[in-house]
Amino acid sequence: MGMRFSLIAVVALVLISFLGVWGAGLNHFFGVAVPYLAILALFCGVVYRVLKWAGSPVPYCIPTTAGQQKSLTWIKQSAFDNPCTKRQAVGRMVLEVLLFRSLFRNTKFEMGQGAKLFYQWEKWLWFAGLAFHYSFLVILIRHLRFFTTPVPFFVYGVEKLDGFFQVGLPGIYITDAIFVLAVTYLLIRRVIIPQVRYISLPQDYFPLFLLLAIGITGILTRYFIRVDITKVKQLAMGLISFHPVVPEGIGVMFFIHLFLVSALFAYFPFSKLMHAGGVFLSPTRNLPNNSRIVRHVNPWNYPVKVHTYQEYEDHFRDKMIEAGLPVEKGADEIPTPVKG
Amino acid sequence: MAKVPKPNELLMNHAIPGTAWMDTPAVFKPGNFSYPGKAKNLQVVGLPNPREWSPLDDDWKLPSNWKQIILEGLRELLQKYRSLKLFMDICVRCGACADKCHFYLGSGDPKNMPVLRAELLRSVYRHDFSLAGKLMGRMVGARDLTEDVVKEWFMYFFQCTECRRCSLFCPYGIDTAEVTMAGRELLNLVGLNIDWVVGPVANCYMNGNHLGIQPHAFKDMIEFFVDEIEAVNGVRVEPTFNRKGAEVLFVTPSGDVFADPGTYTLMGYLMLFHEIGLDYTWSTYASEGGNFGMFTTNEMMKRLNAKMYAEAKRLGVKYIIGGECGHMWRVINQYMDTMNGPADFLEVPVSPITGTRFDNAASTKMIHIVEFTADLIKNGKLKLDPSRNDNLVMTFHDSCNTARGMGFFEEPRYVIKNVCNNFHEMPLETIREQTFCCGSGSGLNNDEFMEMRMRGGLPRANAVRHVHEQFGVNALSCICAIDRAVLTALMNYWVPDVTVYGVHELVANALVMEGETERTTDLRGEPLPGMEDSENEDI
Repeated sequence: MGMRFSLIAVVALVLISFLGVWGAGLNHFFGVAVPYLAILALFCGVVYRVLKWAGSPVPYCIPTTAGQQKSLTWIKQSAFDNPCTKRQAVGRMVLEVLLFRSLFRNTKFEMGQGAKLFYQWEKWLWFAGLAFHYSFLVILIRHLRFFTTPVPFFVYGVEKLDGFFQVGLPGIYITDAIFVLAVTYLLIRRVIIPQVRYISLPQDYFPLFLLLAIGITGILTRYFIRVDITKVKQLAMGLISFHPVVPEGIGVMFFIHLFLVSALFAYFPFSKLMHAGGVFLSPTRNLPNNSRIVRHVNPWNYPVKVHTYQEYEDHFRDKMIEAGLPVEKGADEIPTPVKG
Repeated sequence: MAKVPKPNELLMNHAIPGTAWMDTPAVFKPGNFSYPGKAKNLQVVGLPNPREWSPLDDDWKLPSNWKQIILEGLRELLQKYRSLKLFMDICVRCGACADKCHFYLGSGDPKNMPVLRAELLRSVYRHDFSLAGKLMGRMVGARDLTEDVVKEWFMYFFQCTECRRCSLFCPYGIDTAEVTMAGRELLNLVGLNIDWVVGPVANCYMNGNHLGIQPHAFKDMIEFFVDEIEAVNGVRVEPTFNRKGAEVLFVTPSGDVFADPGTYTLMGYLMLFHEIGLDYTWSTYASEGGNFGMFTTNEMMKRLNAKMYAEAKRLGVKYIIGGECGHMWRVINQYMDTMNGPADFLEVPVSPITGTRFDNAASTKMIHIVEFTADLIKNGKLKLDPSRNDNLVMTFHDSCNTARGMGFFEEPRYVIKNVCNNFHEMPLETIREQTFCCGSGSGLNNDEFMEMRMRGGLPRANAVRHVHEQFGVNALSCICAIDRAVLTALMNYWVPDVTVYGVHELVANALVMEGETERTTDLRGEPLPGMEDSENEDI
């Protein structure tokens, strides 16, 4: 159900932009208004979400420790898995964000005869996740050529590396293929692994279909249903310089691509895609495990009702004296009645 | 009490049910839930809605405005904990956590997959705290909070041991323990909790320890161990209680005062402290290291934990040493100083024997007995004869809380390897930070929950069985009082030839004490290696 709903939603987005541009000629709306609104939604939405999270404090120092703590001098601490200083915690976060270190630990269980458990090598999710995110990053960097004059050197550098296998003209970018393959893998995996399918919601399928549609329309505009690159750049430069122009004859496929990307941007802050921002705030990862060394302060710490030693002794004094346990007050002293 | 099926009768089916999880109700049956908290125990500590009830009844006797109470409670928790708020929002349901949970592996129930356990709460969060959920409802995985949902929460938040193994594998560090702790906090607001947690909480609050041992009895029990030790090696140790002016306050879980095999570990502490001449005292008021308040509410954890610092202050000690315990050490490492500190009336711990300054406890002023002992051994301060443990082929179970809530890996291994000659690690995916839970933590170590405990403990037992078959391992050591009790049951069930030991029991076996008579037995009265015939000779 979730899958069908999400697929229909993405198809609807494609149809809306196609009919809007090809049928109704709303080029200016889809070329200018929609991207501006989407960027605005992305920016405001992300800021809103992050501030909302940051509005709740981190009352306790709760890192998930994944290696040896810092203790005696002759025991080697594992700095990146069990950071003790802020600097080491940053190191852990870098590994987490850039290399998906936690996901790299992944294994897959198998149950044999006689309730025997085995843990298999399973790095495909990590691999596909990494491949998807990095190819997406490279593709975003490549797109900077539309928004910059002159085009910065690193964009050329990335393009050159990416187009390593040039087959005919235009050069084929490896990341285009990796992107589509990785997203397809993530989608197939979601459908065929029964446990993952069971937990999947429409909001899990929707971004995958959307990304796939973005990838496919992007590839179409570049290799198959060519659009006029100079005009696209004109439009992009207009957007970025706040003097939007929509040149005639760009090609409808471009508008579909742009609309889908806009949809992704606008959807991003209100969805699970915010994991991108959330991971930086995750208290089990971004805190050093130093709460025995430095006191972590809880802003809402409040006094609680405790059973004091005095109340305890009042309750047990006779028995304590009989057992020869030291007491604060002798049995002859009348204990002051204590409330509670 | 439910009859526990035999190991070969225990079915584990990991197939996914035909109905969507929201349409699959939680079914309570003997063996899969813990008995509810008794009214008298709730009253002792002032928890809401004390009454007699049963999960098997239709009517759970919730207060009439239960829904409002829970939703208001959730709102408050979201404002208090960034972790909860974040973990409600950023899960992508990749499923990496799914098969990392021992309860899922052992039961096959998909609601024991950490992701789905969290979705039980997330679905309600979406419904009442997100716009999409309000507008689109079930379409986006949102659902109204109903009594059935609350019942499902009770089932699955008390089928989680808060071991945090899933959080290790989560790419965003989503910690199911944070979700479960919040869930239990919400359940407690309407009087839903289990007696195996609330009973010890009430005991601990009034009597100083989970088992409700009163001061005179506590002293008696420790003194019984003094006699036992004398019977083993002729040395009479002299513990003191509630003594002002001692250098060190020693606090350990009361489980080790009460039940085998933890008692042997406690005898180990007594012998070690005597041998090095440590100026220390026991406390009958702060006579509990563990903290079942942690499995109740945040406030309850603080209320129980407060006794440690209060007693250290009253007695005027310099610092505190804590015994072998799992969740106790998560509380000490990650909560105590924040909750009940700063302990500015104590000093940074310095070992009086070696002079080592424990800067890693510079703020809490509380050190782990195992790091204390490791330092003694490293500095050659103990005379040890590891051959006394030669009949044991040892492996080590990392407790979840000291593993993933502290990173306490090398210290116990260093100690064990110095007191035992035969040591083999279990497979890497089952030890250290990836350690599997005993299946009975977080207050679930009760008898009525035995079937689920044996299921949840399967991955741990499976790894022990592996080294048992491969290397002839016959002994499983641990640094947790709950482990000592529950792993014993788990081994009896899955790997009957393996015996469970605390680390300081092994230390005490190997410890050559001044003035000791010839040792022929270990602390359990079993003959030492090479002494198997000595008892016969006496006859």
